[in-house]
Amino acid sequence: MTIDKSQLVRMLRTMILIREFDELAIKLRVAGKIYGAVHPYVGQEAVAVGVCASLRTSDRVTSNHRGHGHCIAKGADIRRMMAELFGRATGYCKGKGGSMHIADFAVGMLGANGIVGGGLPIACGAALAAQLEGKGDVTVCFFGDGAAAEGEFHEALNIASVWKLPIVFVCENNQYAANNAVDVQHPRIDIAPHAAPFHIPGIAVDGNDALEVHARTDEAVARARRGDGPSLLECKTYRWHFHAMRHAIPAETRPADEIASWKARDPIARFEHELLERGALAVPDIRAMRAGVAADLEAAVAFAEASPFPDPKDLLVDMFAE
Amino acid sequence: MRQLTFQQALDEAVAEEMRRDARVITLATDFTGDPIKEFGPERVRFSPISEAALTGMGLGAAGCGYRPIVNWRMVTFSFVAMDQIVNQASKIRYMFGGQADFPVTYRCTTGGGIGLAAQHSQSPYSMWMHLAGLKIILPSTPADAKGLLKSAIRDNNPVVSFECSRLGGATGPVPDGDHLVPIGVADVKRAGTDVTIVGLAYYVSEALAVAEELAREGISIEVVDPRTLVPLDIDTVRASVRKTGRVVIVDEAPATCSAASEIAALLVEDPDTFRALHAPVRRVCAVPVPVPYSPVLEQAALPSREDIKAAVHEVLKESARPIPR
Repeated sequence: MTIDKSQLVRMLRTMILIREFDELAIKLRVAGKIYGAVHPYVGQEAVAVGVCASLRTSDRVTSNHRGHGHCIAKGADIRRMMAELFGRATGYCKGKGGSMHIADFAVGMLGANGIVGGGLPIACGAALAAQLEGKGDVTVCFFGDGAAAEGEFHEALNIASVWKLPIVFVCENNQYAANNAVDVQHPRIDIAPHAAPFHIPGIAVDGNDALEVHARTDEAVARARRGDGPSLLECKTYRWHFHAMRHAIPAETRPADEIASWKARDPIARFEHELLERGALAVPDIRAMRAGVAADLEAAVAFAEASPFPDPKDLLVDMFAE
Repeated sequence: MRQLTFQQALDEAVAEEMRRDARVITLATDFTGDPIKEFGPERVRFSPISEAALTGMGLGAAGCGYRPIVNWRMVTFSFVAMDQIVNQASKIRYMFGGQADFPVTYRCTTGGGIGLAAQHSQSPYSMWMHLAGLKIILPSTPADAKGLLKSAIRDNNPVVSFECSRLGGATGPVPDGDHLVPIGVADVKRAGTDVTIVGLAYYVSEALAVAEELAREGISIEVVDPRTLVPLDIDTVRASVRKTGRVVIVDEAPATCSAASEIAALLVEDPDTFRALHAPVRRVCAVPVPVPYSPVLEQAALPSREDIKAAVHEVLKESARPIPR
């Protein structure tokens, strides 16, 4: 696998942007500037970025409730994402969806989803469309370890295998389904072996290693583009924060040493180190990159705050297509 | 005009739309006839028995430019796909701010009366009406079945086609050519002046049979068939009731939170219709019980012609009764 330096730098910047976007979302929610629920993606950035680095714009992804990272990695505009969190008319869903329903069909981002497992069948439908189109496009379906306990997961893997759909199932095993540890919800803590009964490849990968995620995704995507069918990629990772927050940050219930051990494997610090080692950039470049991300986020918030709220008279707009 | 069965009319609708538009595909665990012969295995997909997957796949493929027809076969099988129907299909366009259209048609048989017992005799369309976001068609004749299903397939929204089991073998005239019936337009199946009977699906033909019998007693019945439940052409129903001043609504779903209840509410909420009423609105629906198997019990659970006639006589009697002071 060869990735050029500029792509490596872009990947790092996207990872930093995802992290800072969600750290900011938490602050905005605590301050009451945004509404509803926030499910931070912090800690899992290598998965979204590593996977989406293997995709082209015409490839499609589906996401879940923890979807901001997937949106950003697939190329969504953070200003319109932020405006959606602020409930404004300029948001991706005109303020009708919020955090859990951000979508950008123009870049192949077919939507976050508030229902665990709900995106798996929809992703299979997108893959069916790609198969019928015959242009070699693929669909990536992001979901968590919790979704592997849903019936829709097993239905989706089965039908995708039977019909050789061009799809890559990416399970982000962040060790917790809501607040339940993976070992209390599954008889074994690995998700990749679920692939075997459906006769598709099941690959476990260090989900905190962006380059490793990217390399394994490349293989799965190539297989799907060739017409050889689906793969299941299990990315072992960890969410640094809570499952979900509404008005206040919930108390931490996970062991402190467990959190510390995963933070020591910070996917961004690792990737920065890797890029410095390779000479893809230097320390001042990273500093400048972080400043650029901060400025972009500031601009996104300014855009959102300057945007109008939707007009209540438009309540019924978008219910039905013409 | 050609005579077709309800089932033949539906099959013809699908075949014509698949010929017309290469983006129409169909997914189901089984098919009537041999559609693969004409349209091939790419567009006609025999699927595993995975209703949740199929329902969501219809949505996903629709969002990517195709026009899938997903046949649940029986509405009862759709209940294992409730997440995809309730949380996804009915909300996906709105919650994404109208970014994409989702032209998917979900087909299913519905209703009892053919000895299939509790699970496979249900008429749950009001559950879908409640969701706000799904269009619903419920034809009562072969011609309407064909014309409405073709419109559903061409519609750019998720549409659920409820196809009455008891009507499957019913025969009727079907116009030649590209016969379309618009979604959201009710049909007055028989004109009359004394009492309006609003019938749904199988109970349209039952209402017509009752109207024929009552005509011999000198009672003039108007039979209105809404044909689609979402959007519901309440204007046509109200116009009929304003004319007759009396209404009996007949359906084989139990009355609680039913389509019949919704129609009753929409009639009496309208000031002009309310003022035109000479008698209370009357619903004739199934007994609220799981539909039993034995024919004797099943008939006792579902509305009969005698029930409809009795209701007509009641509203006539009530309208003649002086208001107690």
